[in-house]
Amino acid sequence: MSTETLSLSRAMNEGLRKAMENDPKVVVMGEDVGKLGGVFRVTDGLQKDFGEARVIDTPLAESGIVGTAIGLALRGYRPVCEIQFDGFVFPAFNQITSQLAKMRMRSLGTLELPVVIRIPFGGGIGAVEHHSESPEAYFTHTGGLRVVACSNPSDAYTMIQQAISCPDPVIFFEPKRRYWDKAPVELDLSAAAPFDQAVVARPGTDVTVLAYGPMVKTCLEAAQADENRSIEVVDIRSLNPLDEDTVLESVRRTGRCVVVHEAPVFGGYGAELAARITEKCFYHLESPVLRVGGFSTPYPPSRLEDHYLPDLDRVLDAVDRTFEW
Amino acid sequence: MTIDAASGAPPSTGAQPPPELVQLLTPEGERVEHPEYDIDLTSDEIKSLYRDLVIVRRLDTEALALTRQGELGVWASLLGQEAAQIGSGRALGPGDMAFPSYREHGVAWCRDVDPVKVLGLFRGVNHSGWDPREHNFHLYTIVIGSQTLHATGYAMGIQRDGTEDAAIVYFGDGATSEGDVNEAFVWSAAQNAPIVFFCQNNQWAISEPLERQSRIPLYRRAEGFGFPGIRVDGNDVFACLAVTKKALDNARSGQGPTLIEAFTYRMGAHTTTDDPTRYRLQAELEAWKLKDPIERVKAYLVKSQMADKEYFESIEEEAKAIGSDLRKRCLELPDPEATAIWENVYATEHGPLAGERDQFTSYLGSFEEVTR
Repeated sequence: MSTETLSLSRAMNEGLRKAMENDPKVVVMGEDVGKLGGVFRVTDGLQKDFGEARVIDTPLAESGIVGTAIGLALRGYRPVCEIQFDGFVFPAFNQITSQLAKMRMRSLGTLELPVVIRIPFGGGIGAVEHHSESPEAYFTHTGGLRVVACSNPSDAYTMIQQAISCPDPVIFFEPKRRYWDKAPVELDLSAAAPFDQAVVARPGTDVTVLAYGPMVKTCLEAAQADENRSIEVVDIRSLNPLDEDTVLESVRRTGRCVVVHEAPVFGGYGAELAARITEKCFYHLESPVLRVGGFSTPYPPSRLEDHYLPDLDRVLDAVDRTFEW
Repeated sequence: MTIDAASGAPPSTGAQPPPELVQLLTPEGERVEHPEYDIDLTSDEIKSLYRDLVIVRRLDTEALALTRQGELGVWASLLGQEAAQIGSGRALGPGDMAFPSYREHGVAWCRDVDPVKVLGLFRGVNHSGWDPREHNFHLYTIVIGSQTLHATGYAMGIQRDGTEDAAIVYFGDGATSEGDVNEAFVWSAAQNAPIVFFCQNNQWAISEPLERQSRIPLYRRAEGFGFPGIRVDGNDVFACLAVTKKALDNARSGQGPTLIEAFTYRMGAHTTTDDPTRYRLQAELEAWKLKDPIERVKAYLVKSQMADKEYFESIEEEAKAIGSDLRKRCLELPDPEATAIWENVYATEHGPLAGERDQFTSYLGSFEEVTR
């Protein structure tokens, strides 16, 4: 076992590099991913080492990025697309939801579409409009796609490699405000959990807090700060398919649950979690499942984002409310 | 001020030469020469093309009848576009990959796809029934223009593999307005991808005529993207074959993409749910009837004494037999099991999906218990 301390961005980079070394069919494509190394430097140095045929600076056309990635996959390649920012994925929405997601079923299973679409997501970096969104529910609602989100450098390194080797298309969300966070990364994948498994990020006994992506760290800090209650934090990691076993086991044990994400609460992914937990753990619940998230508005200007984004206090406020029943 | 699209067009000065139409066989069945696109075909090859044309028209007629009888949910007829599809389809080499839209039944025939598999989609037993890798003929794509990007990516894969193959992608005049088609033009030009864009301009996008899509002839769009565009008589199977062959050769030899505009006409409705009498004139249809893609080959075969009455009768008989066989096999297509809903959505087991499937299966089972 060997570990190295890396930022999340660097861990992504190392994971991509490893995948490209292991399989010559892996190609990286996106806007500014070549010479520049990506706006978050996730693909830094890859073009230099693997050449322009495998690290492709694409035209500024998101539908084209995903559409041509589908074509490359049909020819036996494993494209890893970068969508520069969350809010720029929508021009590619048709290719993702109508083509990429459905082509395997359309072909009666004869075609495989091992395409990974990397999307830096979420707010908290003081950006202009369209650079802080959390569009995951649009994709979890579409059968045929796997949707995952990493929350820390170690998972970034591991999960990107697992996603690339997966025969299904994967929407891979990266918590952009955590790109610069450093942590030890386990470089040996053999003991890693499968990427469609949730993990208990912090064990606890009084209440389960479910989160993914950037909110995992916020929830861990909240759990740390609460001196009165033992908070269990579960990192969902795989939004679709959902690892129900891990989630339900935790809630049955604690009897209380709070779901946290940056995306708007109304019609959000948390609604699916709350509904499933209510259906399947009804007699274990001491209180209703509560949701903490962004408001059901467009993402506000950055001077207001601290109000919009769930923080430690809003998470703990919800935890307190689950004890009021 | 008027919102008539045509009013915004620059006044015609007469300076622009009329668009050149590559034609090797006139509607009257006369062979004509073209300096760039001549083609040398043996009498057997011509007869083989004629056979293809007659058979795919017959398959189309059969599918229309099946739709009227309620056996297919809908049908997109290829009537009038046989030459564009057979000419381009027969230009393909075995390693070339074709990406169809949803009306390319003639190209499917050229790629040896069993016609009953094409009917399966329109009958609703599946979304597509053939293995694209077996035929080098991709699945039908219904969202307009999306497949142009798939073909471009596939062509980029060919480049990386270093093989001497090419991709061809089919789309219509309406599709040229889609963003994806324009992105595919940009990409394939920037990548110098080995691809042929085969646009069947059948003049109508459901009810919208070409002037709702473009101020210039479609083949001239290519110039702005940086590759050649050619307009070919889409009802002339010889010309379509010659022009497509050359474009594919150019793609294979590293000269990048070509846009072919096959100038043709949709003789039928958009699909069986459409009523073209609401938006177009019968006179237009009559004029195009005189340019029929099959009659001109027949006239040429007769004039050049390559075929006699017996030959034509034998082809009619064969087409009829293939048609009735198709009808029989279409009616025999079984309805899929309910569990097919959850099949092939993911390559690997998916817990929540399996849960849904099992729950629904047991719900269905509860009816059986009651009936017993």
